Amino acid sequence: MNLIDILKKKITQSQIWRSLFRHGYADTERNRSLQVNSNWVLHFHPVKVKAYSAKFRYVWCMGGITFFLFLVLTVTGILLMFYYHPVTEYAYQDMKYLQSDIAFGNLLRNIHRWGAHLMVVTVIFHMLRVFLTGSYKPPREFNWVIGVSLLVSTLLMSFTGYLLPWDQLAYWAITVGTNMAKATPFLGHEGPFPLVTKYNDVAFILLGGTEIGGAALLRFYVLHVVFIPAIMIIGMGVHFWRIRKDGISGPL
Amino acid sequence: MKGNKEQDANNNNGVRFVWPDLIYKEFVAMIVVTLVLIGVSFLWDAPLREIANPGKTENPAKAPWYFLGLQELLVYFDPWIAGVVLPSIIIVGLMVMPYLDRNPVGGQYGFSRRKFAMINYLFGFALWFILIFIGTYLRGPNWQFYWLWESWEVEKHLEEKLWSFSPFAGAAFIGAYFSIGMIIPVLIKKGIVKYHGVVRYIIVMTLMLGMYFVPIKIVLRLFFNVRYVLETPWFNI
Ligand code: HEM
Repeated sequence: MNLIDILKKKITQSQIWRSLFRHGYADTERNRSLQVNSNWVLHFHPVKVKAYSAKFRYVWCMGGITFFLFLVLTVTGILLMFYYHPVTEYAYQDMKYLQSDIAFGNLLRNIHRWGAHLMVVTVIFHMLRVFLTGSYKPPREFNWVIGVSLLVSTLLMSFTGYLLPWDQLAYWAITVGTNMAKATPFLGHEGPFPLVTKYNDVAFILLGGTEIGGAALLRFYVLHVVFIPAIMIIGMGVHFWRIRKDGISGPL
Repeated sequence: MKGNKEQDANNNNGVRFVWPDLIYKEFVAMIVVTLVLIGVSFLWDAPLREIANPGKTENPAKAPWYFLGLQELLVYFDPWIAGVVLPSIIIVGLMVMPYLDRNPVGGQYGFSRRKFAMINYLFGFALWFILIFIGTYLRGPNWQFYWLWESWEVEKHLEEKLWSFSPFAGAAFIGAYFSIGMIIPVLIKKGIVKYHGVVRYIIVMTLMLGMYFVPIKIVLRLFFNVRYVLETPWFNI
């Protein structure tokens, strides 16, 4: 036995090592199971899946990619938070600053922006594939319902984020969107059968005022970085948990 | 992965180990997405216009692209329909869909055995994206129609004389549309109500007729200059 082997044995049999890694690397069925089961990230998977459900032509990888994009957006979003003030005096200047003065700031912003667009696309295609393969049928009806709320949350994430750069594009896009809220039947002051006034309708609640200003920026910011992500994390947790319980759909 | 193949042949009957057979696919997908995202971000900068100015209206002011289908619908419907009622019906309609679809074919692609569901879902899906395309690329200042090759510099003023149905004709039109639409399948396809159950049948047909009402209104507006099908003192459709 040479020195390296002795050293290797010493290390891999030490208490510290064995508290971290619970199985060996030999390609055995037992190790393959443990690899998934004893790893916090991987254990979201079952140990085995039906062969067709891992096929690209069946799942399109779209659900997984959507989740991955959510993670990318979380990481880049947290980094962006270090440079961003949700107040009208600073928000736009922070964008300029990111673009020109912060190392990789522009790249960071670009990844967050394009990633958000891509996530909207992938979540829509994920829904399309679930529809085309008829995977929403019993027992998965409720997971489809959760899916629809994840779709809506994704759109709302993107929409609330749109205001944050506080440029003309942001301002007027959100104006178009929130003007529609004013037209809500019963609950909007410009809609049919209004029960409310300009000062307490849904648009007022959304904007924290009668028009888009500092209060709206702060509200959209909080919705964007805390409120909707929290709902999505819970939603995805339930979504994945139900997939684990039901398995991926497939021919009987 | 030779050992793998042998195992498959022996005891796997259609089942695979997640490690490494699924994990490596996920890994490749993550790398591809990462590379694409970084590549795109190097090539194109995220837009940033001048600072927000409530006094200076953008023309056209456009919502984010995924809402432009709804914004395009503002041409044909009042805001409470285009911006509130239709999106709500779409969301609720999608949510209840699994409870309405009684066809058991699933877990596979089955176009020919799920014709009804396929046609209607894909119609709605296509409509959504066509409207987004029009709103994104074919609408210029004052929300006027511009072909891709037309310059936005040229101002357009469409002088259209719009008219509306009389309240009586409008109510009759909508009433007839929904009741005839409800009855035709019953006459053509024997046992359809029994198959779905009365309540489910009515919900399915209402949602479906509602969806097809959108393109009907678009055609009425574009080719017959109809502003409202139903005009009342409180709301217009
Ligand atoms: C944030 C958004 C979402 C994420 C991260 C997500 C993630 C996933 C993942 C990873 C899977 C595993 C299989 C696959 O990749 O296709 C899955 C399955 C599924 N998803 Fe989603 N999803 C999202 C939104 C949606 C939406 C919008 C719908 C439908 C309206 C939906 C309905 C379903 C259903 C029914 C399944 C089970 C499919 C099967 O068993 O074949 N999900 N989702």
